[in-house]
Amino acid sequence: MPPFNVTEANPLRDAADRRLPRIAGPSGLVIFGVTGDLSRKKLMPAVYDLANRGLLPPGFSLVGFARREWAHEDFAQEVHDAVKEHARTPFREEVWHQLIQGMRFVQGTFDDDDAFERLRGTIEELDKAQGTGGNFAFYLSVPPRSFPVVIQQLKKHGLADQTGGSWRRAVIEKPFGHDLKSAEQLNKVVHEVFAPDQVFRIDHYLGKETVQNILALRFANTMFEPIWNRSFVDHVQITMAEDIGIGGRAGYYDGIGAARDVIQNHLLQLMALTAMEEPASFDADALAAEKTKVLGAVRLPKDLGRDTVFAQYAAGWQGGEKAVGYLQEEGTDANSKTDTYAAIKLGIDNRRWAGVPFYLRTGKRLGRRVTEIAVVFQRAPHSPFDTTATEELGQNAIVIRVQPDEGVTVRFGSKVPGTSMEIRDVSMDFAYGESFTESSPEAYERLILDVLLGDSNLFPRTEEVELSWKILDPIEEYWDTHGSPAQYPSGTWGPVEADEMLERDGRSWRRP
Amino acid sequence: MKIDLTDTTASKINKALVQGRRAIGTPAVGMVLTLVIVTDEENAYDALKAANDASHEHPSRTLVVIKRVSRSPRDRTQSRLDAEVRVGADAGSGETVVLRLYGEVSDHAQSVVLPLLLPDAPVVVWWPVNAPLDPAKDPLGALAQRRVTDTYASEQPVRELSARSDTYTPGDTDLSWTRITPWRSMLAAALDQVVCDVRAVEVEGEEFNPSCELLAMWLADRLDVPVKRSLSSGPGLTAVRMDTDRGPITLDRADGSLATLSIQGQPDRAVALKRRETAELIAEELRRLDPDDTYASALRFGVERLNSVPAPAVRGAEAAHAAEAAVAKAVQAVALAEAAVARAEEPPAEAEGPAKGEPASEPSQIAAQASGKEAASPEPVKKAAAK
Repeated sequence: MPPFNVTEANPLRDAADRRLPRIAGPSGLVIFGVTGDLSRKKLMPAVYDLANRGLLPPGFSLVGFARREWAHEDFAQEVHDAVKEHARTPFREEVWHQLIQGMRFVQGTFDDDDAFERLRGTIEELDKAQGTGGNFAFYLSVPPRSFPVVIQQLKKHGLADQTGGSWRRAVIEKPFGHDLKSAEQLNKVVHEVFAPDQVFRIDHYLGKETVQNILALRFANTMFEPIWNRSFVDHVQITMAEDIGIGGRAGYYDGIGAARDVIQNHLLQLMALTAMEEPASFDADALAAEKTKVLGAVRLPKDLGRDTVFAQYAAGWQGGEKAVGYLQEEGTDANSKTDTYAAIKLGIDNRRWAGVPFYLRTGKRLGRRVTEIAVVFQRAPHSPFDTTATEELGQNAIVIRVQPDEGVTVRFGSKVPGTSMEIRDVSMDFAYGESFTESSPEAYERLILDVLLGDSNLFPRTEEVELSWKILDPIEEYWDTHGSPAQYPSGTWGPVEADEMLERDGRSWRRP
Repeated sequence: MKIDLTDTTASKINKALVQGRRAIGTPAVGMVLTLVIVTDEENAYDALKAANDASHEHPSRTLVVIKRVSRSPRDRTQSRLDAEVRVGADAGSGETVVLRLYGEVSDHAQSVVLPLLLPDAPVVVWWPVNAPLDPAKDPLGALAQRRVTDTYASEQPVRELSARSDTYTPGDTDLSWTRITPWRSMLAAALDQVVCDVRAVEVEGEEFNPSCELLAMWLADRLDVPVKRSLSSGPGLTAVRMDTDRGPITLDRADGSLATLSIQGQPDRAVALKRRETAELIAEELRRLDPDDTYASALRFGVERLNSVPAPAVRGAEAAHAAEAAVAKAVQAVALAEAAVARAEEPPAEAEGPAKGEPASEPSQIAAQASGKEAASPEPVKKAAAK
């Protein structure tokens, strides 16, 4: 078979022909842990949506691997149901027909050598029947403790070997370890088998349109970048709030906590994108270089007790429903010190950001589900209006809403109509749902396509992951040895300690 | 919310738009473009429905310009403008104004449309039917960055393609071209998979479907090989067959939705290639507002050059290259050169002779003739002579 990836030589491809979408080359996707929630709610629908948009290659194959005793048809039925329920685009028979031809299921446990032999047989069969050309991505939707064994099995059975121009890629989900040491260990295990550029770490936030829009907003416009620095910015608040509790995930969550679960990956990535310098180009290397630089310049507060807060939700009412406290959740240790809320203050030691605090907070059972980046500006150095006129005037702000209701809000002062001079805050809103597609692609669609294309722009790299742990580890250590988590009633915006933390700096949290 | 205005003016319509927006409580506008649909009463409903669906991806102000037919001399001297303003849930995601023009004002539609364009936002004009011969010179077309026509809806699609190519101005585009994007991307994907030299191509589809010609011209333009257009009973495009040095590559869609991709030495694969709704076409069209150079290049290839001569032979300047390519078929090279000369003087119907001698193309003479007939009648296409 001739070598693949010869796009340059294809006379039908032309850079100027912008209607032609990027279609992945011949390939297949193997999902480990295919019976899990993520796989059903996100991965399978994303695969279907990609096919429906015509972005998957003919002959694309989907292989499920799980313990359950399923025949290929049962698996296809399961995918069918998941797609019908969760896919973004309408269900179309002919698209389904295209997909179903390449669907296989392999039954087995992760330590079962026979199962991996069967998997290899399946892949070889697909190469023949579907023309996948030996190109397969292995999506590890499995608990972190199973990573090493699956990776080793892939190696042992020759599934990670790239032969004759084909590729094998590994896709892994967070958490990427639980501290620097374990992250390094995990990276070692993975890189022993897969080359670093064939490992894709999924941080689904980075696949979101709004997150990609941070770069467009900053670097495609002239009006924001000149004020995007310490001369004009007072501080930055990055919030990710969830209204739900831990649900039935106590086993996973207890001992991990909000900071490791959210701040280490999502929030530090958002911060890096907000604070980084302009990359030389929009390719993976240039982006990673800038993100690494800014993460490397992060400075922790001197007094961790003063400038960080960790807390747990207590019983209360959340949006009209009664909610139990974290310690009363089923499966949690009654003496657990796990944080369900974390707020930290970071500085960035470079010329652009010296002295500008970045406040990061995340929590469960907060007021509502929202993720946003708020860049809050300094007050005007001089106001010709008297103080009574500007009493109600806050600080200007640019807020990038990541989810839900993706968009950008600009807050500034405006005169209240009437005979007296009175200036008050108003918001100007740009909503993605309104100005562009209501149905923008799901993050997983974009990320799976990027994996198949081998485009690693939107995936954090090893160094970024390790740097993030370097930032978080001292804080986690401090929390382990000092005090116990503060409590906040469910359905509020966090503990009073967090409010006090900002008050000491003369600031306050935004109500998102 | 709906506001009806009878015997009105553009400024009253503007007032109604602001009033409507205030009434539903969203005074801010996040619309990204103005879409002007120029149509007759018969096609207005379907076109507007498609535009409203597309507006979910591209929130826009949609202006529907309906020119009413005057049936008496008295009607023709009187002029009147009626408008129906829709905002909120009635108008997709955006605003819609349906303009009905009676009498003299219907010749001056641009005077009504100009004040209603969104400030500073791009303008797209779409003629679902009866597009003007030269869209860019049309008074309404002149307001737009992007002019969307549809040769599929015309009486003689193939002749209209030639006319479009004569008047092409950057920013022109054709829904018949938009329709074949999935085919093009699948064919490109097929060539991604096999490194090969394509020697000849056949594009098969129903008669009076200009998408087939456009696809054939695109392939001829990109691949520089003879492309044959043959007929089938449809629906739409039914097959593309590429003859390559590594065996045939075929994309076959018999039923209008599920296609089969066959590549020699590889298993057959099913590919979803559904014929798309107008709303999807418009949504794709609105995604990019810059001139479509690939379309221009395919269109300019010329319908009359299909079915006959390998592309290089026609380009005089590339004669040497053509000769080189033709070494293998030395005997035919002479015939081809003759054909090129013949073509310069005669309408293409006569020039199709050499196609019969082509070794690569499969025999489907009736098809080629039918297509040639359509292109040639009722008046000879002047372009062949011009080139």
